[in-house]
Amino acid sequence: MIHFVVHSPQDSAGVAVVEDIAAGQTLNGWVLDTGESLNITVSDAIPIGHKLALTDIADGATVIEYGHDIGRAVAPVKRGQHLHVHNLKTKRW
Amino acid sequence: MSQATFSGYRRENGRVGVRNHVIVLPVDDLSNAAAEAVANNIKGTLAIPHPYGRLQFGADLALHFRTLIGTGSNPNVAAVIVIGIEPGWTQKVVDGIAASGKPVSGFSIELNGDIATIASASRVAKDYLQWASELQRSEHPLSELWVSTKCGESDTTSGIGANPTVGNAFDKLYAGGNTLLFGETSEITGAEHLVARRARTPEIGAAFLKTWNAYNDFILANKTDDLSESQPTKGNIAGGLTTIEEKALGNIQKIGKHCLVDGVLEPAEAPTGPGLWFMDSSSAAAEMVTLAAAAGFAVHLFPTGQGNVIGNPILPVIKLTANPRTARTMGEHIDLDVSGLLQREINLDQAGDALLEITLRTANGRLTAAEALGHREFVLTKLYRSA
Repeated sequence: MIHFVVHSPQDSAGVAVVEDIAAGQTLNGWVLDTGESLNITVSDAIPIGHKLALTDIADGATVIEYGHDIGRAVAPVKRGQHLHVHNLKTKRW
Repeated sequence: MSQATFSGYRRENGRVGVRNHVIVLPVDDLSNAAAEAVANNIKGTLAIPHPYGRLQFGADLALHFRTLIGTGSNPNVAAVIVIGIEPGWTQKVVDGIAASGKPVSGFSIELNGDIATIASASRVAKDYLQWASELQRSEHPLSELWVSTKCGESDTTSGIGANPTVGNAFDKLYAGGNTLLFGETSEITGAEHLVARRARTPEIGAAFLKTWNAYNDFILANKTDDLSESQPTKGNIAGGLTTIEEKALGNIQKIGKHCLVDGVLEPAEAPTGPGLWFMDSSSAAAEMVTLAAAAGFAVHLFPTGQGNVIGNPILPVIKLTANPRTARTMGEHIDLDVSGLLQREINLDQAGDALLEITLRTANGRLTAAEALGHREFVLTKLYRSA
């Protein structure tokens, strides 16, 4: 089973594509642009459609998805953590 | 794809429609009751009530007229009854629709009252309906099908699956010479540079960026917070989308990998030739789809993540989702489930072909989920306060 999908090899976030991912679970993922497979162990529960950090991200650092800037971290984020409105904000509005 | 055909209605102005509606179109809010009474008298006609049309002025009034005239002129419409409170603006809408060559008659309520107006309009509506009922479909090249797109209640599965499926279909339709539309000006924020790069000429790219900048300046001037829960919506956020940049990067997957942007349109403005057109438009689903219908589009592709249920009175809205939970919990709203993309059970090319197949079936007459469920959202875009 594929648990998460990554758009681009440069991305710092992946997307959960199955329901009920629990903290501590090791997930199978693949990269859309390259077809390569990868694994990650998450430290949070990740609802379907929500993002998980693929790398450690410093407070204030740019988060990359689709190979592009999707905003900045507003808290330090560890690889495997849930990445959403509590730790990621737009740079635009 | 170049050999494909669809079965549709050739209209007086040469365009091909895929539905055969006789509509009863109010010019203003005051005429909704009469319009609905006519549609109730003459079963099979369709009233399209709305809340505006009084005391508007300037560009806002021009957009109101352009939207009503465009709706009546859409090739999915066989004939039109127009009802307005007073004769002047009623005749303006009638004259605009008459330019398409289709049957249209106007009725005004002042000096007549609702009941006499309803009686006169019902007699003509009956004639139009019986006339339209004998019109026959004929085969036309797929390239004559005008296809618009806009996504709604998106989530991250939209950017991974449903939107790229539309993009794959758009790439194939573009190569075949179809007329295509996308829009959602504010929802390109974060990916505007990528869309500008896809323009066929530097002038078109500059026109796109000018339109996008004007909309963004309007948002910056009026915002009271970071717009979280408005754009992205609360539903987007529940589905895992966090920022407008992320939403925009998912959104533009709908224009595929190869199509170029061939022109920039005002809201409700009709394209002047084949290709991919960007329309300055709201990102709210019913507003944008209403504008697409007014611009003359015959079929609409609507990817959703969390499950938007929108339809339109005259434009069939085909819904697809890649979210397996939405496909399971809201299946009655979904015309095509592409959730297999997420598990690599199907590839993007197969998903795009499946979407083209359901698009052809819809053009040929299959009712969409939204049509079967009676979704007829008709929402006029209002630019500013009335005088």
